[in-house]
Amino acid sequence: MNKVVKIDIDGLECIANSDQYIIEAARENGIYIPTLCNYPGVKPKGGCRICTVRVNGKQMTACTTPVSDGMRIENNTEELINLRKSIVELLLVEGNHFCPSCEKSGNCELQALAYRFGIMAPRFPYLFPVRKVDASHPKIIKDQNRCILCKRCIRAITDEKGRSVFAYRRRSSRVEVVVDSKLGKQLTDELAQKAMDVCPVGSILVKEKGFITPIGERKYDKNPIGSDIENITITKR
Amino acid sequence: MGQKITIDPVTRVEGHGKVTIHLDNDGNIEQTRLHIVEFRGFERFVQGRPYWEAPVLVQRLCGICPVSHHLAAAKAMDVIVGAGTGDGLTPTGEKMRRLMHYGQVFQSHTLHFFHLASPDLLFGIDSDPLKRNIIGIAMENRELAVQAVMMRKYGQEVIKATAGKKIHGTGAIPGGINKHLSEEERDYLLNGEPMVNIDQIISWSQGALDFFHDYHQKNKEIIDRFIEFPSSYLSLVRKDGALDIYHGVLRAVDSKGKKILHDIDYHEYYRYIDEEVRSWSYMKFPYLKEYGRETGWYTVGPLARMNTADFIDTPLAQKELEIFKAYNNGKPSNKPMHMHWSRLIEILHCAEKMKELLNDPDVLEGELVVKGNKTDEGVGLVEAPRGTLFHHYKINEDDQIVMANLIVSTTNNNQPMNEAVNQVANKVMKGQPKITEGMMNAVEVAIRAYDPCLSCATHALGQMPLEITVLDSQNNIIDSKHS
Ligand code: SF4
Repeated sequence: MNKVVKIDIDGLECIANSDQYIIEAARENGIYIPTLCNYPGVKPKGGCRICTVRVNGKQMTACTTPVSDGMRIENNTEELINLRKSIVELLLVEGNHFCPSCEKSGNCELQALAYRFGIMAPRFPYLFPVRKVDASHPKIIKDQNRCILCKRCIRAITDEKGRSVFAYRRRSSRVEVVVDSKLGKQLTDELAQKAMDVCPVGSILVKEKGFITPIGERKYDKNPIGSDIENITITKR
Repeated sequence: MGQKITIDPVTRVEGHGKVTIHLDNDGNIEQTRLHIVEFRGFERFVQGRPYWEAPVLVQRLCGICPVSHHLAAAKAMDVIVGAGTGDGLTPTGEKMRRLMHYGQVFQSHTLHFFHLASPDLLFGIDSDPLKRNIIGIAMENRELAVQAVMMRKYGQEVIKATAGKKIHGTGAIPGGINKHLSEEERDYLLNGEPMVNIDQIISWSQGALDFFHDYHQKNKEIIDRFIEFPSSYLSLVRKDGALDIYHGVLRAVDSKGKKILHDIDYHEYYRYIDEEVRSWSYMKFPYLKEYGRETGWYTVGPLARMNTADFIDTPLAQKELEIFKAYNNGKPSNKPMHMHWSRLIEILHCAEKMKELLNDPDVLEGELVVKGNKTDEGVGLVEAPRGTLFHHYKINEDDQIVMANLIVSTTNNNQPMNEAVNQVANKVMKGQPKITEGMMNAVEVAIRAYDPCLSCATHALGQMPLEITVLDSQNNIIDSKHS
């Protein structure tokens, strides 16, 4: 049964509902826990590990761990920030993320996190993988250079029967996310746009729309990622 | 014993170049070459990328005039999205792009004249290299240095207001532009607080020309007689023959002013222009097919534009063009140092144009983008600060670029720059027992007149390490000099 619980995040007493995950409860209390694979309204997966927090001393993913009464959560510690930063850096070197010409620049969550963490250059060597751009779909382009395999598209973009329009293909280091050859045919303009919006990076692009938003009006041009959550005014319950 | 002198790298040009001067046993010039040690991979990088990405991607070729590449690519993409061939955009689309371009040419020319060229003019070609730079200018003539900085800043602010960023923005998109000018942006640029306003900018631009005329009077040797050789000239002109740096038809005139390319539609440039590859340079040598490799080469840039245009459609710059034309007896100027003069006339023209556009209501509101029937091939040309810039793309049915061909301004000027080096080397080095710093700078001054963009802008300011190596005919080093 859903009940009100008290949790502690970095020494701040917060009130939450027992059916919430830590990341949701934190959000409602004006606390930002960074994430890439989590998306509001979509079943959490705990894939990217960027939302890792310490729950009663143990490392857990905030997007898949439900709150419970009396939980002590550490979020904004040096250790966790450094861990999250490392994950972002690993993602940057693992793909081919060329922000200067990417139309998602300014709206990209990976780029926004890199800015938030003050990453000037990754500490790891670039892998420069050879990846393809699949432009064969009439409505969208799937640029594998930028895919971080977060599965947001697979989980969020479904047809009316609930079947995923995007799917995993191959295994291990060769794994990639592709448009399902049959279901993809029915992709509406609306769903294509939703897929692009859901993708945290520039791996899904709606054709012929690039750079339509001027610099200055893009999502993260004025405020860093997470600031919308941190600026919530919390009314005492 | 034959000698080979290498000047490497050339300072105060945008990027890297290397000059070799081969002397024979008697100290006579046997051969001179300007080598370009850049390699551009952009024609390959863009392959496979979606076509709308090209204007943003290819502008990374340059940090000094990215807007030129941005606009040339966008114009090519206009053709691909069926928005017409450069004059089919909405008034807002075209005017915002023009404003961006005038801002860009203004700032680039200002940078070149004040920061890169004026030290030679003010202090002399063989003056102390420690003083012969923009810092030297600032020490000597503070007012001029402040103007230089403020004028460049103004151009950059215009770019920011139209493209979103001062360098590498995103304003132009296939079929138009992605923003209007806001009223605040317009007022900021027109009225100028806390910056200088557009009227001040125009008057400083006129002041720079007055400064030049005065200098010219006293220094005819360097401006008129330092280098002179016959060349053909090529540029865009408006259909009615007016100077137009954003759009028009392609015109070329020979050294005496006879039209040799008759206002052609630039989308068919490849029917008239070819490029030759020479083993000793990465940079190709373009030429007019009709006249062949030997005589078909031409000069582009400010001087070419003054020589091809019949008139200028802004009053102050038109007056200056009349003075220019009268001085050259109504014939093309074949004096590369007149490039500086031409550049200043264009600075004034751009300032007048910016004022006109900032007062135009179309930049504040109106349709941004227009599209029509899609095609799979597009050519876009603009007059970049350094000259005619060609962009040519083909796409496949999936919207991916499959072919790109770029002929950049500096490539167009390859042969004339080599001619200039040859002439100056012959003049100052011939029969001289020792190569001095002043002689080397004379060669650089000749190259610098063309304001070549040799690969990137990282070494734009001040004195770079300069290395000369003198080699005998067997390539043994017999002398080497570092600055
Ligand atoms: S395409 Fe985008 S949303 Fe889908 S897995 Fe890749 S990065 Fe995630």
